[in-house]
Amino acid sequence: MIDLNVNGKKVSVSVADDMPVLWVIRDVLGMTGTKFGCGIGQCGACTIHVDGEPRRSCITKTSELADREITTIEAIGDTPSGKAVQDAWLRLEVVQCGYCQSGQIMTAAAIIDAIPEPTDVDIDQGMSGNICRCGTYVRIREAIKEAAKAVAAK
Amino acid sequence: MTMLRSVLLSILPALAAGLFLTAGQATETAQLKAAKDFSSVSDERARSVAVFEEAGKVIQHPRCVNCHPAGNRPLQNDDGHPHLPLVVRGEDGLGAIGMRCTTCHGATNFEAGHVPGNPKWHLAPIEMAWVGKSLGAICEQIKDPKRNGGKTLAQIVDHMVNDDLVGWGWNPGPGRTPAPGTQKEFGELIKLWVETGAHCPTT
Repeated sequence: MIDLNVNGKKVSVSVADDMPVLWVIRDVLGMTGTKFGCGIGQCGACTIHVDGEPRRSCITKTSELADREITTIEAIGDTPSGKAVQDAWLRLEVVQCGYCQSGQIMTAAAIIDAIPEPTDVDIDQGMSGNICRCGTYVRIREAIKEAAKAVAAK
Repeated sequence: MTMLRSVLLSILPALAAGLFLTAGQATETAQLKAAKDFSSVSDERARSVAVFEEAGKVIQHPRCVNCHPAGNRPLQNDDGHPHLPLVVRGEDGLGAIGMRCTTCHGATNFEAGHVPGNPKWHLAPIEMAWVGKSLGAICEQIKDPKRNGGKTLAQIVDHMVNDDLVGWGWNPGPGRTPAPGTQKEFGELIKLWVETGAHCPTT
């Protein structure tokens, strides 16, 4: 058994040590907001937070996350930065097809947590591993800036 | 959703081909001469240089130089192409906020995803850049405390012999050519190089 802390809840899962934690999140715990994209850490659709920092869940062994704090897209809205990002995403209608967006939001929230006023360079470098096939990058960048301002104003 | 996923997946084989170009190609460990093989070189300076040139097969190997780049991005694979996806050095050699080394690299190699791992995964500081330099220039750099992280030669030996991130070069996971020899053999060469005066090649 591997003891995990997912979205503030402790769970024990009986899986192979090297099972990607994305499999646990989606198939064992039934939370399907985190997406499978490439399976090799190239697209960012599977991004979660581990102790507040982005992590590609498709290439992370479940055993490495024992007793670490895992946050998924289902709970990121409970944090100030996550809520601000989601609100900005809606206001600016960032999403086109939406498949990559849970990963985009997870990385965006982490950037705002660490950088109160992210520049274009901060955003481009920090978001570089989150691919959007619809090309919503310009709206993503604006939404991150808007969300950062909203967090700073509180 | 299914269509989107198929579109997304359709672009990935190209990325994967770039990443894993050497998969299936030679990944056998090249040999390294042992320190004792240099005992016939009577001149100590010449022996020191010859030993370092042998150690240079490791130092200039892609498993080592890819994370000692001269620019702002790590390199990948045996052809040393820029890291995919784009990552940058960042203030601490651990990447930009949002795209840290640990975003993808875990404590151990993740073979299913072909992602290498080590708890210390990071980029060497820019003053330790090796790419594009001659072996002689790298040798002088390794001896220079201003460009080697303030290390003494004894600490350089310890780093080469015992550091497990250095050791990853001989355990890079499937699809990556390991550094020549073993870390022990490499360490013996570095020890002998220091013992013989730590002389550097002129080129």
